[in-house]
Amino acid sequence: MMASSYNAKDEDGHITVTGPGGGTLRSKKPENTAFKQQRLPAWQPILTAGTVLPAFFIIGLIFIPIGIGLYVTSNNIKEFEVDYTGVDMSSPCFNCSQNFSWNSTTPCTCTIPFFLEQPYESNVFMYYGLSNFYQNHRRYVKSRDDSQLNGDMTSLKEPSKECEPYAYHDNKPIAPCGAIANSMFNDTLELFYNDPNGTKVQIPLTNIGIAWWTDKHVKFKNPGAGEANQNLTAVFQGTTKPLNWRRPVYELDAAANNNGFINEDFIVWMRTAALPTFRKLYRIIKSPSNGMMPTMPRGNYTLEVVYNYPVRSFEGRKRMILSTISWMGGKNPFLGIAYITVGSVCFFLGVVLLIIHHKCGNRNNSADISN
Amino acid sequence: MLFYLITRRQAFHVKSPNPDESLSVIDTRDVIVGLRGRSGGERRKECVGEENWVDSRTIYIGHKEPPPGTEAFIQQRFPDNRIVSSKYTFWNFIPKNMFEQFRRVANFYFLIIFLVQLIIDTPTSPITSGLPLFFVITVTAIKQVGDVVFVKENETFPCDLILLSTSRDEGVCYVTTASLDGESSHKTYFAVQDTKAYNTEQEVDSIHATIECEQPQPDLYKFVGRINIYMDNEPVARPLGSENLLLRGATLKNTEYIYAVAIYTGMETKMALNYQSKTQKRSAVEKSMNAYLVVYLFILISKAFVNTVLKYVWQADPNRDEPWYNDRTESERQRHIVIRAFTDFLAFMVLFNYIIPVSMYVTVEMQKFLGSYFIMWDDEMFDEELGERAVVNTSDLNEELGQVEYVFTDKTGTLTENNMEFIECCVDGHVYVPHVILNGQEHEELFFRALCLCHTVQVKEEETVDGIKQGIHQGKSTSFYISSSPDEVALVEGMKRLGFTYLRLKDSHMEILNREDEIERFELLEVLTFDSVRRRMSVIVRSSSGQLYLFCKGADSSIFPRVISGKVEQVKARVEHNAVEGLRTLCVAYRLLSPEQYQEVCHLLSGAKLALQDRDKRLAEAYDIIEKDLILLGAYRCGGQVGGGTRLQEKAADTIESLHKAGMKVWVLTGDKMETAAATCYASKLFHRNTQILELTTKRTEEQSLHDVLFDLSRTVLRQHGGMTRDTFSGLSGDCTDYGLIIDGATLSAVMRPPQEDSNSGNYKEIFLEICRNCSAVLCCRMAPLQKAQIVKLIKASKEHPITLAIGDGANDVSMILEAHVGVGIMGKEGRQAVRNSDYAIPKFKHLKKMLLVHGHYYYIRISELVQYFFYKNVCFIFPQFLYQFFCGFSQQPLYDTAYLTLYNISFTSLPILLYSLIEQHINMDILKKDPSLYRDIAKNSLLRWPIFIYWTILGVYDAIVMFFGAYFLFDNTTFTSNGQMFGNWTFGTLVFTVLVFTVTFKLALDTHYWTWINHFVIWGSLIFFVVFSLLWGGIIWPFLNYQRMYYVFMQMLSSGPAWLSIILLITAGLLPDVLKKVIWRALWPTTTERIQNADKLYKGHLSEFTPLASLQSKAGSQRRGSGGQRNVPNPRRSEPFSKKTMFTRWQRTPDYCTFTPLLRFADGARNSRQGYAHGGQTSV
Repeated sequence: MMASSYNAKDEDGHITVTGPGGGTLRSKKPENTAFKQQRLPAWQPILTAGTVLPAFFIIGLIFIPIGIGLYVTSNNIKEFEVDYTGVDMSSPCFNCSQNFSWNSTTPCTCTIPFFLEQPYESNVFMYYGLSNFYQNHRRYVKSRDDSQLNGDMTSLKEPSKECEPYAYHDNKPIAPCGAIANSMFNDTLELFYNDPNGTKVQIPLTNIGIAWWTDKHVKFKNPGAGEANQNLTAVFQGTTKPLNWRRPVYELDAAANNNGFINEDFIVWMRTAALPTFRKLYRIIKSPSNGMMPTMPRGNYTLEVVYNYPVRSFEGRKRMILSTISWMGGKNPFLGIAYITVGSVCFFLGVVLLIIHHKCGNRNNSADISN
Repeated sequence: MLFYLITRRQAFHVKSPNPDESLSVIDTRDVIVGLRGRSGGERRKECVGEENWVDSRTIYIGHKEPPPGTEAFIQQRFPDNRIVSSKYTFWNFIPKNMFEQFRRVANFYFLIIFLVQLIIDTPTSPITSGLPLFFVITVTAIKQVGDVVFVKENETFPCDLILLSTSRDEGVCYVTTASLDGESSHKTYFAVQDTKAYNTEQEVDSIHATIECEQPQPDLYKFVGRINIYMDNEPVARPLGSENLLLRGATLKNTEYIYAVAIYTGMETKMALNYQSKTQKRSAVEKSMNAYLVVYLFILISKAFVNTVLKYVWQADPNRDEPWYNDRTESERQRHIVIRAFTDFLAFMVLFNYIIPVSMYVTVEMQKFLGSYFIMWDDEMFDEELGERAVVNTSDLNEELGQVEYVFTDKTGTLTENNMEFIECCVDGHVYVPHVILNGQEHEELFFRALCLCHTVQVKEEETVDGIKQGIHQGKSTSFYISSSPDEVALVEGMKRLGFTYLRLKDSHMEILNREDEIERFELLEVLTFDSVRRRMSVIVRSSSGQLYLFCKGADSSIFPRVISGKVEQVKARVEHNAVEGLRTLCVAYRLLSPEQYQEVCHLLSGAKLALQDRDKRLAEAYDIIEKDLILLGAYRCGGQVGGGTRLQEKAADTIESLHKAGMKVWVLTGDKMETAAATCYASKLFHRNTQILELTTKRTEEQSLHDVLFDLSRTVLRQHGGMTRDTFSGLSGDCTDYGLIIDGATLSAVMRPPQEDSNSGNYKEIFLEICRNCSAVLCCRMAPLQKAQIVKLIKASKEHPITLAIGDGANDVSMILEAHVGVGIMGKEGRQAVRNSDYAIPKFKHLKKMLLVHGHYYYIRISELVQYFFYKNVCFIFPQFLYQFFCGFSQQPLYDTAYLTLYNISFTSLPILLYSLIEQHINMDILKKDPSLYRDIAKNSLLRWPIFIYWTILGVYDAIVMFFGAYFLFDNTTFTSNGQMFGNWTFGTLVFTVLVFTVTFKLALDTHYWTWINHFVIWGSLIFFVVFSLLWGGIIWPFLNYQRMYYVFMQMLSSGPAWLSIILLITAGLLPDVLKKVIWRALWPTTTERIQNADKLYKGHLSEFTPLASLQSKAGSQRRGSGGQRNVPNPRRSEPFSKKTMFTRWQRTPDYCTFTPLLRFADGARNSRQGYAHGGQTSV
């Protein structure tokens, strides 16, 4: 890419002269090594218009196709979003959002119908999205005890100070402690397909594989994991559930491998989001094994929400998102556009440099040399 | 190195100055006498001299009670004899380090940040910023001392001592002060005459005496004191001078043992005082650095302030401040809002504090320290003849070597050889050269005896000694003449060839072997030592016949006014004749003293010598009275070469020419006569044939008033100035007249005199400076040492504040060496004082060329990149964090993990820039040497000017924005993985950080012009290290951490295709503008440096048959560079007409060709013969 010339200056054969009083002389004489004489062989590239412009063209030629590829891929991804916060009077969830109370025992349920215009093939990923929710607030981010979540018994009984004010309740340690755990998303979302013939078919949702494998298997551990016949209820004896939770941590799921700290919904929630508007993976809709049918055919659907999670106090929004996924992840036109832009800019600059190079680039050298 | 201290009578009745310290007794065979030091500030009346003694101390030898008649003494505490030569000790580390560091703007800030982190709840841990604050702590050995000390051969003196007696009969001892000032020759020290006989332990104990001396002061060569020896309770006062004072750190040689009294101990010793008293010089780069720092401090504070304000605006809504999911603790809630806001402000400061890089200071220090080795290692700056290499005393000023605008050089020994040889003498107008038959006139005989006696040459037998050595007898190389002045050795040598051999000084008698091979003995009574103010020396001797003579020799100007008879005219004629040839001529005169006169002289001298206050002044007065009414005998001259004029040092002319071409102004400051100096200046090409000489000398000011002369000259100079401006712009001027100014000491002091009451005198200084500025070369002759410093100071203080360099070899140059920004000592033959006080020492004047043009240039390029890059990379680092605050509720959430925050500056990005700043070579050193004008490209701190600084800052902000918003939009509400899982905030930060580390490292890679294997290793190595570290850091659950936020974050990121794609994209986008800027600027507005680079590359391309590139470039048309001129270019260095203009105002005599010719020459050379070029590179080795 760059013009290069290899400047291999060998040590010039220097003969050490031993003058009178050679002893002191030799000891003071600097060693004639390439390093000490600053004459190490070196490659000396210079960025000139002539040498850089091929690089610009090449970058342009590589980036533009990549960008186009990314953009097309992104456009092929199907995504559907429903806001079920219930801000509008017309919204089915308006009542639930209005009458919300932490103490209510009866769950508030709302049903939102929607229409999918395109069939969704292969695995469909179901996300919940929150807006204006500052999971990245410093006080919030650090309000957790990773040793407790890793199954450490001492931390279970004595949660870290970082968890304050969500560390103790009624003099009992909270498990899992901290603001993050306390505010875990607890709406229940269910999907139904309204068959053209009128029947309402529930769509099976998988809650396995929504968290990072390493989180589930290494970073998060139930206390006393590994012991035979562990009884979660017994292990969490002496702790109390987080204030806002309706159920204790050992009742999050019926399945033993998805209960306690290793509950995937919990793990997903514990990975704090980077930005105040975020989405988190909620469920996966596996494609049918025969592969002939689309996972979610075009048609009418119903989203049933058990509305537990209040967001209106901080002007937040709740969304349910359905998305298919490509090799490059979810729908993200920005990457493709950015590639196309940078590629085109490089290409354009290449042209500019070519002009500069031809008009002025050689002037100096040729003028100098011809003189 | 052991000092055995034992009290004699009772078991260790030792009172050390510090009572808490115990004494260690090692060997009872070695004995020391009782120890106690006392001093008082009392006034004593019976002694000679009625000075006020506030500033003196008294020491009672052997802690004997003071004799009756003296008042009660006040115990004075001496400091304990502990010398801490390291900067810090364990105990004073914290306060002293703080004090040291606080002198810099930055470090006060670092401490605050550290404390804030300790006190308040901050986003980052205190370790993060505390880590770089560790330094090596050393404590040197604790040494004990008493007051009478016994030192054996080859031991080092533990403190400053007054020599009482030695094992040698004459009461002398030999000492080498190699560790103090680097002079390895043996120096002779004398015991006090009255005590020299006391050379056993008992006898020493019986000495009853007190010593009074001045309070400690750092001058190694100056000591004033007196000893009162009580013989039968009658005090006898004897003077003590530096010849009696053994300095701590010096080593006893050739003497079995000595007894001595301690007078200065511990931190009061001259050695210790010298460590402290050297004022630190700060370089221009450091000043820019501090200026940038203030800017960044301001940015930082405003950032923190803005964020704090925004935070509270944003939080006004309680649901944002404390939403239900994110409550405060009770104690936080109760905190007062003002305290909360203040804490938030501090927390923001801490979060952004990396924008002011602590590590930059560490790196800069390392760069300077390690970089200075390249000067010492330089083969080309090694002198075979002397066996010396360049020495770096202060590494702080390396880059200043690339910024020098004024060079002040001494003449003798610096420009000219100081290999003195006796050439001829002239007695009463008759000229003699060695080996001629003399005709035995009376004056002649006296003249030669005078020369044989009037000197301070010592005869050294045995041992090889460094320094000045000349064999006395042929074949018997064991005896040498030794003197601090090569003149004297030459003189005595010359005398030997004329038949008078100085043999030795024995028992105060000087022995001379005359032409008849008879030994004549003269009793040496007094030596009136040489000093550079008087510029003469005298001896008083008594011949065997009892006749008393005063012989005086010195510069003609200092002798002639004191002469009352003799053939003055003839001698004067000869002296002036010699001066034109550039030879140093000294005159010799004598005076006969009657016994009465001698008594008077003795009285005068002893009065002056015993004075504790103003001894120098009183001595000078006494000398002035004694050295008068002389009878002129003749003159002699010594020179570097028989026959011709003074021999210039090797390549001195070439060096001066190069310095001129590099845009430096060279001033010669000498004590010599004008004619001599002017001859040297012509020879050394300081003045050219067509240089118009302006004289500002006493001769002229006698005819015209100083006022008129000055205005005349300035008018002459300014007229030319005006003409040159036009010429330069039209580009037609060839070689315009340049001016050389000659000024002498007397006129200078008249010019420097502050404006008098009469109004018309005006401010001569300004006019003088104006004239000087327009002269390419200035010669100042007849300068006193202090005047040299004055000149330097004058230029330093002129309104452009140019960087000055002073170079010299003798003690008379020390003042200017200390005064100049950069002081360079030449390892000449006049002792080591210049070297010891210099910042850099080189064996020969010619080495200055490489030191400035190559090393200075490199260091400047390197350090300016280092400074700019450091600020840049920290802007890139911190600005995303600033932006992140807008998305995390201004909660001070760090974007990056703690490990990344801590290690970013310490390990991920530190080594490449350090290595760059050590080995970068933007141009080959041969070219730098060949083409001195390249030096102008970096003049006036050009790489650290504000526009460039702003460019780097903007680049940093741009990169930060690209990185942060790039990641922001990519992360915006989407998944990055093919399994639908989501990333969290730490992945977001890690992505930004990865892009950051790669971008800043690649940016440095793009700036590197000299890729050795070390660069490859370090640049790619540090990137690999970052990746490996990240893999490891996230690879396991770290048991000692209370958070595992980074667990598998990096791996998860790497497992995602879009993350890779975005990293590549963001790096490319980040580097794009800088590459573009570089390329376009190089193509459109190249600097001289860049053109040379292009030419160099092209020429190599031809040779290596790598033609595609060459043909591509040679295809271009020879378009005029008009386009560059019309554009308004931000960088003044680049735009052609502008640069001409700036060059003109800065380098008044810059001819138009300066930017072109060298290149042309180079290109020509390159085209014509490769051999020539390569040869040039090698021959200079």
